[in-house]
Amino acid sequence: MKIIDRNSPQGISKVGIVAGEDRESPSPGLLAWRPIAGILLRQLYLYKRSLPRWMEIFYWPLLDLLVWGFLTLYLRQGANMIPGTAQALLGGLLLWDMLYRSQQGISVVFLEEIWSKNLYNLLVAPITPFHVIGGAMLTGLLKVALSSGVAIVLAYFLFSYSLFSLGVSLIPFVMALLVMGWALGIMTTALILRFGQEAEVLAWGVIFLFQPVSAVFNPVSVLPPGFHQVAFFVPASHVFEGMRAVLNGKGLPWNELGWAFLMDVVYFSGALYLFHRVLERARRTGFSLKLGS
Amino acid sequence: MDNGSAPPCVVLEAVKLVKRFGTDSPPAVDGVSLTVSRGEILSIVGPNGAGKSTLIQILLGLLVPDSGQVRIFGVDVTQNRRRIAHRINYASTDLSLPFSLTVQENLQVFSLLYDLPDRKRAVSEMLEELDLGPLSSFRVGRLSTGQIARLGLAKALLTRPEVLFLDEPTATLDPEVAQEIRILLKERVKRDRMGLVYTSHNMREVERLSDRILLLESGETVATGTASELCARFGANDLETVFIKSMEHARLNRG
Ligand SMILES: Nc1ncnc2c1ncn2[C@@H]1O[C@H](COP(=O)(O)OP(=O)(O)OP(=O)(O)O)[C@@H](O)[C@H]1O
Ligand SMILES: [Mg+2]
Repeated sequence: MKIIDRNSPQGISKVGIVAGEDRESPSPGLLAWRPIAGILLRQLYLYKRSLPRWMEIFYWPLLDLLVWGFLTLYLRQGANMIPGTAQALLGGLLLWDMLYRSQQGISVVFLEEIWSKNLYNLLVAPITPFHVIGGAMLTGLLKVALSSGVAIVLAYFLFSYSLFSLGVSLIPFVMALLVMGWALGIMTTALILRFGQEAEVLAWGVIFLFQPVSAVFNPVSVLPPGFHQVAFFVPASHVFEGMRAVLNGKGLPWNELGWAFLMDVVYFSGALYLFHRVLERARRTGFSLKLGS
Repeated sequence: MDNGSAPPCVVLEAVKLVKRFGTDSPPAVDGVSLTVSRGEILSIVGPNGAGKSTLIQILLGLLVPDSGQVRIFGVDVTQNRRRIAHRINYASTDLSLPFSLTVQENLQVFSLLYDLPDRKRAVSEMLEELDLGPLSSFRVGRLSTGQIARLGLAKALLTRPEVLFLDEPTATLDPEVAQEIRILLKERVKRDRMGLVYTSHNMREVERLSDRILLLESGETVATGTASELCARFGANDLETVFIKSMEHARLNRG
């Protein structure tokens, strides 16, 4: 072992008093990009060597696409098919997948840190949990871009369906879904941190709780009364209603978009608050899971 | 707090820390006060479950005490941990680093998280200092327990902390590497005037390394002092005997 002598960056403090805050570089600010880049870099390194991880990005979306794509081929043969059904099905599928991936992106980043017993190292570092969330959101965004990108291209070539037929309204739709995914991802992460690894199933399952009331493939109007009301409070249901409106040539439904983003704000702030509370509690009780072991 | 009466260059000051994990469980830390100065090594010693790791987590600001206060560089860590977080670091045998990343990649990630200047150089110097060069492209999952502990130390020393907390840093190391680590730590403490708080069950090591020792039992301070002071107080020839005698003493006192 070799000891490298380098001029110590920290000056020797004034003698005789409690050493004050005399070190130059301050702790990174809330919006500092380097800590966020650090979290992102760690995720990119994970993908550098791992074939299974790459497959995971493409495997499910592509299988889903094939199953539903074949169904639309079959439906197109039927004479009395409602016009636009195939588009609505494939559009719903591709958009749903973005929501799903965006939620998974967040949860997986945190689970990864817990599994590798690294969470305390992150908690000690001069970053906030919100830097980790920021890095996780970016990671999720990249994964969504990759898997959806490929799925969109394939849907075009295999089933002559273009998601871009939704026009510019696609942008707010996707944004609203990503934010909902982030919010659910943060919530499930909070629950895992609170209840330990038994709650891990949530990371994989919680999104499906929202699927029936998200009106992905069917209009909200066909839902039974109770579901009808619940769907109103789910951002995704407004997106999918909006998508169908656009496909039916009704133009961009501003009210649906408004509700979607309003609910997003509620979900996202609720999720951050929950996450904050869980961490505050853990600082008093210690983490319920002996992190990762 | 009256800073004027504090001894020279105190970087960490803890006052009357108490921590219970449940209302009906006995306190894990019970009225512990301590100080650490620049260039000083304080060892926390005590039996399993004495509260050493809990105490370290409170000092780090990761765990909030029920009562008492911790100040690092005069900053209350319970309230303002982030203001001093870049000046301290921590390694523990309970932790690891991401398995699927290589040794070097892990250090690179932490150099970003700590926003270090000249990150490339910092990482390569650290690899060299801890003899991790030959392992730098190994994935952590392939390392032995002792090698992971060394990487944990590298992560902790990478940021040139002014106060370093190590929870049983040498527990999984072979005698030769443990000795090298002790030399390295001593050098860092002397050269950078780093304050070091560490725990160990190896009494010979504690005796050789520490400037001061804090004996902890059931969360309470049994005694503090230099190794020779403690030996004198308990009429012992070595720290091992001090440990055994002091623990008996503490248990008897509690009845
Ligand atoms: N998160 C927690 N929740 C409840 N009890 C805890 C928690 N962490 C520690 N304890 C309890 O606090 C006491 C002190 O534990 P601690 O880990 O600090 O001991 P230690 O001195 O580090 O022991 P060792 O030498 O075995 O590492 C123990 O009785 C332990 O059961
Ligand atoms: Mg311990």
